[in-house]
Amino acid sequence: MESEAVHIFREVAGEFEKPVILFSGGKDSIVMLHLALKAFAPAPVPFALLHVDTGHNFPEVLAYRDRAVARHGLRLHVASVQEYIDAGILQERPDGTRNPLQTLPLTEAIQRLGFDAVFGGGRRDEEKARAKERVFSLRDEFSQWDPRRQGPELWQLYNGRHAPGEHVRVFPLSNWTELDVWQYIAREGIELPEIYFAHEREVFWRGGMWLTAGEWGGPKDTEPVERRLIRYRTVGDMSCTGAVDSDSADLDAVIAEIAVSRLTERGATRADDKLSEAAMEDRKREGYF
Amino acid sequence: MDDVDDVDDTTTTLRFATAGSVDDGKSTLVGRLLHDSKSVLADQLEAVEAASARRGRDAPDLALLTDGLRAEREQGITIDVAYRYFATARRRFILADTPGHVQYTRNMVTGASTADLAVVLVDARNGVIEQTRRHAAVAALLRVPHVVLAVNKMDLVDYRESVFAEIAEEFTAYACALGIPEITAIPVSALAGDNVVEPSAHMDWYGGPTVLEHLETVPVGDALTAPARFPVQYVIRPQTSEHRDYRGYAGQIASGVLRVGEAVTVFPSGRTSVIEAIDALRPGLGPLTAVDTAWAPQSVTLRLRDEVDVSRGDLIAPAAAAPATTQDVTATVCHVADRPLKPGQRVLLKHTTRTVKAIVREIPSRLALDDLSQHPDPGKLSANDIGRVVLRTGEPLALDAYADSRATGSFLLIDPSDGTTLTAGMAGEAFTETERTV
Repeated sequence: MESEAVHIFREVAGEFEKPVILFSGGKDSIVMLHLALKAFAPAPVPFALLHVDTGHNFPEVLAYRDRAVARHGLRLHVASVQEYIDAGILQERPDGTRNPLQTLPLTEAIQRLGFDAVFGGGRRDEEKARAKERVFSLRDEFSQWDPRRQGPELWQLYNGRHAPGEHVRVFPLSNWTELDVWQYIAREGIELPEIYFAHEREVFWRGGMWLTAGEWGGPKDTEPVERRLIRYRTVGDMSCTGAVDSDSADLDAVIAEIAVSRLTERGATRADDKLSEAAMEDRKREGYF
Repeated sequence: MDDVDDVDDTTTTLRFATAGSVDDGKSTLVGRLLHDSKSVLADQLEAVEAASARRGRDAPDLALLTDGLRAEREQGITIDVAYRYFATARRRFILADTPGHVQYTRNMVTGASTADLAVVLVDARNGVIEQTRRHAAVAALLRVPHVVLAVNKMDLVDYRESVFAEIAEEFTAYACALGIPEITAIPVSALAGDNVVEPSAHMDWYGGPTVLEHLETVPVGDALTAPARFPVQYVIRPQTSEHRDYRGYAGQIASGVLRVGEAVTVFPSGRTSVIEAIDALRPGLGPLTAVDTAWAPQSVTLRLRDEVDVSRGDLIAPAAAAPATTQDVTATVCHVADRPLKPGQRVLLKHTTRTVKAIVREIPSRLALDDLSQHPDPGKLSANDIGRVVLRTGEPLALDAYADSRATGSFLLIDPSDGTTLTAGMAGEAFTETERTV
């Protein structure tokens, strides 16, 4: 699995002009960065990072991002949702969630900066539309994904050819599961943002999960705030990423917790995927990662 | 062997593909495998129950677990390969769930290209049908090492041993003629749960493993006995003060074992050198660790004793067991694109990490999967056709026969105008034995 992911990183380095790693500060993108560091050692990673900043990030995650960039001498590009809202190009949604608003800043940054390959941390075990996605996923000049027009992916012969203006999304962790990611983090001794481990935090209940209070529009008067022992299973926009009750304070405890969990990570903690049966597929068609 | 890269221990992962006709109950079998091995989580099951209720079904439709696209759910069919992941205490599994329609032969080829094992389903009431023969032929063509024949719907034939024995015998004879090395036949009822995960209480006459037991115990990973092949992916030259003279050739070992001190030849140039060092992936981000030996499918970095010219697309192989190089390629291909392939067409050929120009010289025959007969001079190959092709490449390739190596005997043909993958190729003779026996 590690060898396969490293193989994918090296294929992209060999075939593309200007790749970039999408980096959210979540565990999957942290594992991707770690694999990229190993793939090219002792040389530096030959790619920059691109962070889509929703404006509603967890401060611990932003701090982690900046430390990682400094430690490994990387270049960081930021696509800011807040700037698009301030400029009147995007409008805040009534529910306050900014996850769907990431697509436009992301796709425009890819076009503007001329990236021809964009690494994402998506895994096929996350969601049923993602189970259909190729390791190399061609996107048209509007960054759209068309599941019916995907070329077959045969052996380990990834075809990265594309027309000018198109780009390829690359998913080196396609064949990993959530448990694989955690076991790899433990084996490699990879540091993670603290919000992945149990800590006490002010939260309120909405839509079947615990959300962190913040400037993005929560809680309402009818949503009482409680102090609870929780941790995050995924890291995304604060407005739609829920926490789970947990006393897992270290890696071993987290792995034990995931191994017996009866909920998928997205089912447990992502509000945006619950919008409809095809929410992820629809967002991916638009250019979401 | 030591514990380098234990996450990559291939004996603990089985990649397998499923194939079956439209109503053979393939989705039910996959659903049963996932459900009974407790790989379906509560929220996924709830989503399936809710969606089934919205459609007015009495019971949860387990096919909704695997049909991920809007169009698939609307039509109630599977139109594309989906990958599923599950694990037991003994092994982790990557399942390529491939659609059974004949027009999606390319999808089965996609799933089978990386599979260690294929599960072919038949309906016990219908026995071996044309579609079964096609699935067996594709598995044989792609050199899938193990094939399981799942004789499904045994509950509908009163669990009779004679029905199973007759189908198993017919299929095994056919599959042996195709050259499939190992066939295991299992009588199951996916709907009732007989012999999928739990042994059946209805078939005392059957003493073999359940489907899951077999998947857990079948041996995988025979790439180590083949000669070593190392396609160079990327040249690592840090040019920093700390590593001023470092020059490493990064890649994934396609087959065999590489050792420090071994004499090697670089293709296509034919220059020779000796492996000076092998830098392997080790746990953590510490300094690189040199190892004495590395084997497929590890990703490693080689350093050579001499300053020979090596770049992406070259192939490093032991001087004692080197491949031949050629510009004339004969292959069996599966055409995967909607636009046809014709003699005289100019294409790109991607083989390992090397992409060269090529021209389609001839298409001598097209294979009819129904009866495995060769139709001479078809004039073109259309989507999902399998045929023989003769190519001339612009540069020499170090190509093995697909029969000897799935990794270095396979290639893609690509449309140079827009990069579309046109054709999946398998170098060398294939089905020659079949042509004699059928």
